[in-house]
Amino acid sequence: MSELRRPIESGVPDSKQFMHPALVRNYGQWAWHDRPRPGVLRHVSKTGEQVFTVKAGTQRQLDVFTIRRLCDIADTFCDGHIRFTIRSSVEFMTTDEAQVEPLIKRLEAEGFPVGGTGNSVGFISHTQGWLHCDIPGTDASGVVKALMDELVDEFRGEEMPNRVKITTSCCQINCGGQGDIAINIQHTKPPVINHALVAGVCERPTVIARCPVAAIRPALVDGKPSLEVDEKKCVCCGACYPPCPPMQINDPIHSKIAIWVGGKHSSTRTKPMFHKLVAAGLPNNAPRWPEVAAVVKTILTAYKNDARPWERMGEWIERIGWPRFFEATQLPFTKYHVDTWRGGRANLNTSAHLHF
Amino acid sequence: MSKKMPSTPMLDQLESGPWPSFVTGLKRLADGEGKRSNDIMKGLLGQLEHSYQTRKGYWKGGTVGVFGYGAGVIPRFSEVAEQYPESSEFHTLRIMPAPGFFYDTKTLRQMCDIWEEHGSGLIALHGQSGDIMFQGCRTDQVQPAWDKINEMGFDMGGAGAGVRTAASCIGPARCEQACFDTLRAHRTIINDFTDDIHRPSLPYKLKFKFSGCANDCANATQRADIAILGTWRDDMQVDQAEIQAKVKQLGRKEFINQVIRMCPTQALGLNDDNTLDVDNKSCVRCMHCINVCTKALKPGTDRGICILAGGKRTLKIGDLMGSVIVPFMKLDTDEDYAELLDLAHRALDFFADNALEHERTGEMIERIGLTNYLEGLGLELDVNMVTQPRTNSYVRTDGWDEEAAKWNARKPNAAE
Repeated sequence: MSELRRPIESGVPDSKQFMHPALVRNYGQWAWHDRPRPGVLRHVSKTGEQVFTVKAGTQRQLDVFTIRRLCDIADTFCDGHIRFTIRSSVEFMTTDEAQVEPLIKRLEAEGFPVGGTGNSVGFISHTQGWLHCDIPGTDASGVVKALMDELVDEFRGEEMPNRVKITTSCCQINCGGQGDIAINIQHTKPPVINHALVAGVCERPTVIARCPVAAIRPALVDGKPSLEVDEKKCVCCGACYPPCPPMQINDPIHSKIAIWVGGKHSSTRTKPMFHKLVAAGLPNNAPRWPEVAAVVKTILTAYKNDARPWERMGEWIERIGWPRFFEATQLPFTKYHVDTWRGGRANLNTSAHLHF
Repeated sequence: MSKKMPSTPMLDQLESGPWPSFVTGLKRLADGEGKRSNDIMKGLLGQLEHSYQTRKGYWKGGTVGVFGYGAGVIPRFSEVAEQYPESSEFHTLRIMPAPGFFYDTKTLRQMCDIWEEHGSGLIALHGQSGDIMFQGCRTDQVQPAWDKINEMGFDMGGAGAGVRTAASCIGPARCEQACFDTLRAHRTIINDFTDDIHRPSLPYKLKFKFSGCANDCANATQRADIAILGTWRDDMQVDQAEIQAKVKQLGRKEFINQVIRMCPTQALGLNDDNTLDVDNKSCVRCMHCINVCTKALKPGTDRGICILAGGKRTLKIGDLMGSVIVPFMKLDTDEDYAELLDLAHRALDFFADNALEHERTGEMIERIGLTNYLEGLGLELDVNMVTQPRTNSYVRTDGWDEEAAKWNARKPNAAE
């Protein structure tokens, strides 16, 4: 074997070498921006120079052919510069206003929907799922593709009260983060343990320590050291599964999909909010998850029809009250909606404020 | 070894519809013969279809890495390798992009060529971690692929119990609302922590994220152990003529509805001449009015950062938002950046010394209490760190006089 190369521990490269020269010229000098039309941003510098950004959706999981097509477009319109957003949309920038319409036409013709700006439904934050994750309860790319097919008009337009950030997560670790609507796996049965493998694969004290409700304890099964789960205590979160794969939590039938609403990271107007459970028990119905899409569309429609301009999903519900949310969406309200985790009392109504 | 395209009736249903289809991309990579990516993707499509049919995932981890680093490759071995041998090893290389996700096409094309030669040809731009995910590589190709990517000037991202790849908003590169240079801060911090990224030895992961204002486009508040957000101390900048134009455009009633009434601290009023009345002392720098009136309003000029610590999702103790540990600090000069770096190192060292195994910063703070954390980092207490003072009396206060004296001694500096 030839001598191994030591890594060049260079960290992240300087962004300016990749930026459109107009961004380098006006770095920190921007005066204001607006949106001439959905999918297009105009940023104006203190020097008067303008940069137009055309934003388009991608599939995030990009094959090299698609990346090269995006590069061709950037070479034609943007002097070879291209940027991605935190939610995997692609941005093309130019100083030439006359290039904006041809750029939009080209992107749409090549199958990249132009939009995702302003008060639109942005691209769904996207995890790895069955394609690459070692613990997924469902797929990510397929769920996102199926939903974006249904929501593409809301991506292209800016007709929502405020921006809508939808997230998906293939397990309860929730890699997708907070969302106005979060679509997350919710397991409903305790792990199924392959006792023959536990001793060989799992560091048992670590696994026991991971359980949030102390439901796992050491056990001797068929003469071998293993683990057992107190199924009355178990909340089916799946936290034991990553450190101990023989504790299989994923189940084709019992791993369900839950929908949460009203989360946001921003401190804009209201403080950041966690998303709240509104629906559960939806089937993990590949390849297009129609039951999930139906609930998401119901929630979006209610929000679009009723929220005031600039209210995020969670802010809208805070104003109208949860009784009206459940009334508007016709979703059932169950005992599972009542928070019983530590600190959950903060989510009870300790007042005489009532909605009728 | 020529191989047929696998039958994928379920995945095929994801090729139709207006949104770009990842399945079409996977098939394009699989279609053909001779290239490494062709075979890997035929196997991958077969296994993914199998997942769709059975509603189960079939990847397991393992130990794969590159010479000199202890993290950054996500190993994936198939549990159904006998059926799909071509993709039996499908590892991912996490590579850190430039802050703000900027590229030129030469760089992207070069990455594509490398990944077509050594991997599956599938690249995620970007993973939730903020990395470029070069997905689908056999063990023997990991090092050669990495060598080429590294020679291009890119470095490996984080994984496991170490400092992770960061994320930042576009910042001053194209946003007038950015209150600090998110891209410089990102690069300064991350490039000083490469050892902790590449050789993870912490109790658990530690994430930094950078957003230029309270809009938090980098989703830092809940997704970063250390969230660095832009803010300002002086008065918001108002162009009253542009306010009047905005009032004219929206109408007086809608302007009041959309701007004045939405202010969370009722710091705004509309004057009779359609100019804006701003009570800057009541303003909490939330960005709402600035977002609506992008021509008329801007953050003030005395800009800087606030720092929130402890954000994380559910596992293990439940969701936590980050909470304020530094309400304001300037971030302009090299000295300011050095001070931020020093604080970041104190946060990392304290975490390394005090967190339990698999405990995140937020969980540690929850366990030990914020005041102990502040003391550990040498940070001064500030009223901005609480929503309200404590509401229960279970606290021992026999050090009251000393603590009150400390606070009073700081008073001349309280404006700082």
